Amino acid sequence: MSHVSGATLAVKNVEIARGERRLFAGLDFDLASGQLALVTGPNGAGKTTLMRTLAGLRLPSAGSVSYGDVPVSRIARGLTAPIAFQGHLDGLKKDLTVAENLAFSAALWGGEGEMDALADELGLEDCLARQVRFLSAGQRRRAALGCMRLRPATLWLLDEPLTNLDTRGAGLVAAWLDAHLERGGSAVVATHQPDKLAGRAAIEVDL
Amino acid sequence: MSVFTSMLERDLRLAMRRWSEFATPLIFFVIISSLFPFALSPEVAALRAAGTGVLWIAALLSSLLALDGLFRTDMDDGSMEQLILSPASLGLLVFAKICAHWLVSGLPLILIAPVLALSFYLPPESLPTLMFALLLATPTLSALAAIGAALTVGLRSGGTLIGLLVLPLTAPVLIFGTRATDMAVHGESALGPLYLLGALAAFSLSLAPLASAAAIRVSVE
Repeated sequence: MSHVSGATLAVKNVEIARGERRLFAGLDFDLASGQLALVTGPNGAGKTTLMRTLAGLRLPSAGSVSYGDVPVSRIARGLTAPIAFQGHLDGLKKDLTVAENLAFSAALWGGEGEMDALADELGLEDCLARQVRFLSAGQRRRAALGCMRLRPATLWLLDEPLTNLDTRGAGLVAAWLDAHLERGGSAVVATHQPDKLAGRAAIEVDL
Repeated sequence: MSVFTSMLERDLRLAMRRWSEFATPLIFFVIISSLFPFALSPEVAALRAAGTGVLWIAALLSSLLALDGLFRTDMDDGSMEQLILSPASLGLLVFAKICAHWLVSGLPLILIAPVLALSFYLPPESLPTLMFALLLATPTLSALAAIGAALTVGLRSGGTLIGLLVLPLTAPVLIFGTRATDMAVHGESALGPLYLLGALAAFSLSLAPLASAAAIRVSVE
């Protein structure tokens, strides 16, 4: 795997409000290339909202988020896409097969991937020709992570990637993260199970 | 351009797998237009006078009905987030979605319209003009409805709101569409209104994807 030159994710004095309620303020951190940040916190603390803000899908109520000196809300406007985001929604079409979902994701990103090898790795080799709506929640999550894996992005934003995954699946996510960080990529992971990714985080954000 | 074809192919494939959902607006169009001859006076002149208007209003309503789900399913399953964050231009993706939707809902409507026109005793020689006018008008209707669908996709029940937002904007299409058909029925050349329909299609198809993309970005927040 080739080395990618990741940029720095700079989160400056970010305040996030949902509706009228302020969830947190004054969040500051710099995530350099090759680093992992773990976001933890109780339900309702604003993990998902933070992840969506980091992806540029919404603006923080104060402060700024930039990646490589460009505000993320600007990056998301379709120029280049160094950021891959996996929210708690799978982003799969239920009426398409796993293979069709993977192929579309790859086409959208111009990514190259060996579909069969990826399916083997995910343990989905028997499900490639099945429509997503016939899969279990864990298999769907695996397929969604497979779509994410096909994206040639330098920054991964994963919101609860371990939900519904079995031990082997969680191990796979950890291995992918290790390889990604090794290549010079960076990642922000929001999770309730930080112990499964223990020892990797350069930055821990507790909301 | 491969992103455009991938998106088009994906949406067409989805439409094939859920064809009953996509057939509903077309069936609506057929039923509305074929109920009118029963309700109106059976005289040829009366039917002919009402026929063009009925056909156009039915086409208008059915294309609005069809567009409600255009972005909603993508929004609900999280695909929209991925489309927004992908390196492809969202405007282009939206354009592909509009095209796919038009192929599934607009094109069959154009093909079936002549059959319904005969139930209003429209003269057969006016049918090519009717079809050509619909060919120019339905993309405009789809494009306008896409803006409405994009604006209301974040709301719980956007369906009726789309109508309120979009129907006033469709007035020019209705005016020139019925005018073109009327002129053809009376044996005149309908080129004038057809040119205007073409201009409306070019205008709305070039700007609506951009407007819809901007509206989606606001809705996704």
